[in-house]
Amino acid sequence: MRIGVVTFPGSLDDGDARRAVRLAGGEPVALWHADADLHGVDAVVLPGGFSYGDYLRCGAIARFSPVMSEVIAGAQRGLPVLGICNGFQVLCESHLLPGALVRNDHQKFVCKDQRLRVESASTLWTSAFEAGQEIVVPLKNGEGGFVADEDTLDRLEGEGRVVFRYLGGNPNGSLRDIAGIANERGNVVGLMPHPEHAVEVGYGPGTDGLELFTSVIASALVSAVGA
Amino acid sequence: MGRVVIDVMPKPEILDPQGKAVVGALPRLGFTGFTGVRQGKRFELEVEGEVTDEVLAEARKAAETLLSNPVIEDVVSVRAADGAAGAGA
Repeated sequence: MRIGVVTFPGSLDDGDARRAVRLAGGEPVALWHADADLHGVDAVVLPGGFSYGDYLRCGAIARFSPVMSEVIAGAQRGLPVLGICNGFQVLCESHLLPGALVRNDHQKFVCKDQRLRVESASTLWTSAFEAGQEIVVPLKNGEGGFVADEDTLDRLEGEGRVVFRYLGGNPNGSLRDIAGIANERGNVVGLMPHPEHAVEVGYGPGTDGLELFTSVIASALVSAVGA
Repeated sequence: MGRVVIDVMPKPEILDPQGKAVVGALPRLGFTGFTGVRQGKRFELEVEGEVTDEVLAEARKAAETLLSNPVIEDVVSVRAADGAAGAGA
């Protein structure tokens, strides 16, 4: 499976995301923000970092980059898209996911190993997990507070679209301890913590993060067999 | 040359940590009379010629598309800049 990883000016974790794809058994494909097409990839990862310097709002300018037109069109057709940290912010700014990420309520940058509960195993990016499973991956952000209006939050909960929830204390003021969400179809997932930093023993808190990448690769195999 | 001024503020129900930090700093400088601060953004858009109704409508569209995120922010004002063109605020 060929998985594209977009590099925006100011992306930081594109290298680690490509490495995670490789360790999971996929073929990483570097995509550039100015690309007018997705080079035929089967899935896309929007990595962490500070695209366009976080100017205006986190993800706001990246959302209008040429490659994002194709990512948005692909996502609406069912292309698997994962947004990590800044990538999650880009997905919210693109309206592929509801809500927004605002500055941490305590105003400090957070950098720590974070316990999470996988609330939904029915997305393309979490099928290798068991619902309710606890995992640990790094969390590092200054603007990771997930906000949305009450109706949206209720809908996300009701439709099983809260995918990851913070455990052991809320690190950034996210409403209802939400760390990650999915779109209705389950092909688009965004989360603030960094699974791509937990993919190899000895580097990071473990290998829990690898499962997001093996999930999407397994989903592709299943649909290929089914086709 | 004309100028359009756009003000964007965080929605009242959204926590504004920047404003909170500022209101915490004010009393340390002796400004004890201010009980709350909210921090927003001001944009100045320059155009060739007059700021017509069409220009203002276009600026409002830009404000709602790119300059603000309706989930967390309100566009509170879109107006032609006062005074002579190119003059300072």
